[in-house]
Amino acid sequence: MYRIVSAIFLAENIKKFEIEAPRIAKKRRAGQFVMLRLSETGERFPLTIADSDPEKGTITIISQGAGKSTRALNRLEAGETITDVVGPLGTPSHIGNFGTSVSIGGGVGTAIAYPTAAALKAAGNYVITINGARTRELVILEEEMKAVSDEAYITTDDGSYGFNGFVTQKLQELIDSGRKIDFVLAIGPIPMMKAVAEVTRPYGIRTVVSLNPIMIDGTGMCGGCRVTVGDEIKFACVDGPEFDAHLVDFKNLADRNRIYQHEEKASDEAEAHRCRLAAQS
Amino acid sequence: MDAKNITTKERLAIPRQVMPAQDPVLRAGNFSEVHLGLTPELAQMEALRCIQCKDPVCVQGCPVNIKIDQFIKLIAEGDFLGAARKVKEDNVLPAICGRVCPQEDQCEKVCVIGKKREPVAIGNLERFVGDYERLTGQRIVPEMAPPTGKNVAVIGSGPAGLSCANDLAQYGHKVVVFEALHELGGVLMYGIPEFRLPKEIVRDELDGLRKMGIEFRTDVVVGRTITVDELLEEEGFDAVFIGVGAGLPWFMGIPGENLIGVLAANEFLTRVNLMKAWDFPNSDTPVFDCKGKNVAVFGGGNTAMDAIRTAKRLGAEHAYIVYRRSEAEMPAREEEIHHAQKEGIEFMLLTIPLEFIGNEQGWLTGVKCQKMELGEPDDSGRRKPVPVEGSEFVVPLDMAVISIGNGSNPLIKQTTPDIEVSRKDTIVVDVNTMETSKEMVYAGGDIVTGGATVILAMGAGRKAAAAIHEKLSGKASSFNEW
Repeated sequence: MYRIVSAIFLAENIKKFEIEAPRIAKKRRAGQFVMLRLSETGERFPLTIADSDPEKGTITIISQGAGKSTRALNRLEAGETITDVVGPLGTPSHIGNFGTSVSIGGGVGTAIAYPTAAALKAAGNYVITINGARTRELVILEEEMKAVSDEAYITTDDGSYGFNGFVTQKLQELIDSGRKIDFVLAIGPIPMMKAVAEVTRPYGIRTVVSLNPIMIDGTGMCGGCRVTVGDEIKFACVDGPEFDAHLVDFKNLADRNRIYQHEEKASDEAEAHRCRLAAQS
Repeated sequence: MDAKNITTKERLAIPRQVMPAQDPVLRAGNFSEVHLGLTPELAQMEALRCIQCKDPVCVQGCPVNIKIDQFIKLIAEGDFLGAARKVKEDNVLPAICGRVCPQEDQCEKVCVIGKKREPVAIGNLERFVGDYERLTGQRIVPEMAPPTGKNVAVIGSGPAGLSCANDLAQYGHKVVVFEALHELGGVLMYGIPEFRLPKEIVRDELDGLRKMGIEFRTDVVVGRTITVDELLEEEGFDAVFIGVGAGLPWFMGIPGENLIGVLAANEFLTRVNLMKAWDFPNSDTPVFDCKGKNVAVFGGGNTAMDAIRTAKRLGAEHAYIVYRRSEAEMPAREEEIHHAQKEGIEFMLLTIPLEFIGNEQGWLTGVKCQKMELGEPDDSGRRKPVPVEGSEFVVPLDMAVISIGNGSNPLIKQTTPDIEVSRKDTIVVDVNTMETSKEMVYAGGDIVTGGATVILAMGAGRKAAAAIHEKLSGKASSFNEW
């Protein structure tokens, strides 16, 4: 059992948790993730570690309620416990002094882009961050991103805050302005990561994305998280989750993530049904 | 007939006793165990078939040299608990090994009776004594040496780790077992299905080990959560045993393998066994809905049989085994092949997949196959399959499960570079002691051998425990005696 020390909503449906996990807190490096399981009948699901405090023995995760498990997680409060938290898993981000680095976070992906941006800053990079969201209320970690950036930009799809448009448009603007960009990290929804890869490809800018395939064990056993990178099969849980954006087959990733869409829908409906019953009683 | 006065001729006249089993049609629709176990009467009768050879070759045929003649004699005399105790001197998990060991290739293969008749059902008898002990609630508490004050970390709670932990505890060492998953048992829990090995049996064995003072910690991925060096240098362990099992599954490298609906046997079985996806949506983890669908498993080993029989139980309309050689070359146990056939599994032998076919949405719709014929024997001594020109055909499929083996678990290699690994990334050990290239670190099971059997892993765990004990106590010990 892993105790939740604090739980606060950063935006509607996006919640930040600090969880007691001293061993993981001590070991964790940017880019790594944990597998969680909320109950005896719960599924195992991965979430990237956003931050950690080895002194306090806590890790921070940020969850967007998208499926049954993440919604259940987001209902938990400080003082409650999580049945299983395993990690830190995955290969840490490759951090070096690349020169000028752009860290792009889309939606809750910002939670994953943030620790790597911080590590890039610590390694001596000139760090530009682009923090994108659909609308102002969904912008998360604005202050945190600013604190590790030499230049910080916010973009919103509806123009309600910061730059009016997509993160890719802001990135293109930076490139067009003649800035020399040496490294791009992009984390967010699959279409966003794919779009960023296409923006940087013509310029040969090294670009890394963090992938989110379906996982079960997360430790290198089941093979569920296989992704196509170049001509090779890679396993996100041990070879990744970060890969060269210009080699990733994003369509295949998006396709494979849909395998349980019917079951997920059934699960959502069952949950909605239970909620209605609970509301009636 | 009684055990004392029976003549050899009378023994030889007794037919091999058939273990009651669930009806094949019935069982293909449930996850309950196929075999129901021998009754005490059947077990005693079967035990009387053993002619008590002066030089029991069956003992040599067993990877851990269980005193087979002696435990069978005790069964014949009706001393079932004594028999259990005798088995447990060499094998701590008889209820498990009695079920999953390939006895027909080991002890029963060399049984003298088996030369002219059917061999003594050693596996069924082993299972019987393990079950008898459990079901009658008379767990045998093994003799424990006084505490030595030494601490040993065992990494992985599968067959290798559990047998190693058991022996070390009996030698008097404090043992802590670390498991990466949320549930203990390794492949016994995530890999082997309920209908072949009920999970209750594994849990019961784990309870027994806990009562011996062995400590278990789940959710610890060694190499990630804690390293081997930290165990030795900071956590106060005097030795470490690595039994982390096999790793990532192999794929065939044919076109279309990444279509939706193509998955590895490890994933399919883990979803159903460990995550209880058969009970979706009561269990949160889903599995591909097999009801009324066409499912094929590619491969011919025990895991392939487990996977296809699982798909059948989940309601598959057509459940195929696609294997490139003939039945004789299949690595699966004969018993498993027969069970599968009786349950309605369709075997496409001498068939090789060329390409998976999908629709525009990326879902699997079929597989293009080619017929093979057997040519000259290859390096493995098995006749090499050769493609038959112009024999291509397409099988409509909704799910394909790849079951052609596993590589090694990659984490130890990634995180503990000073442990020497082979070209295949298995850990290199001294075969006599199971010691790795790193001092006080031992390894055994699939991480050393590549995919093998439960009993070989257990044998390796025991050999390592004996060597660790010798190193820690400065005393020589044979692993068959404590």
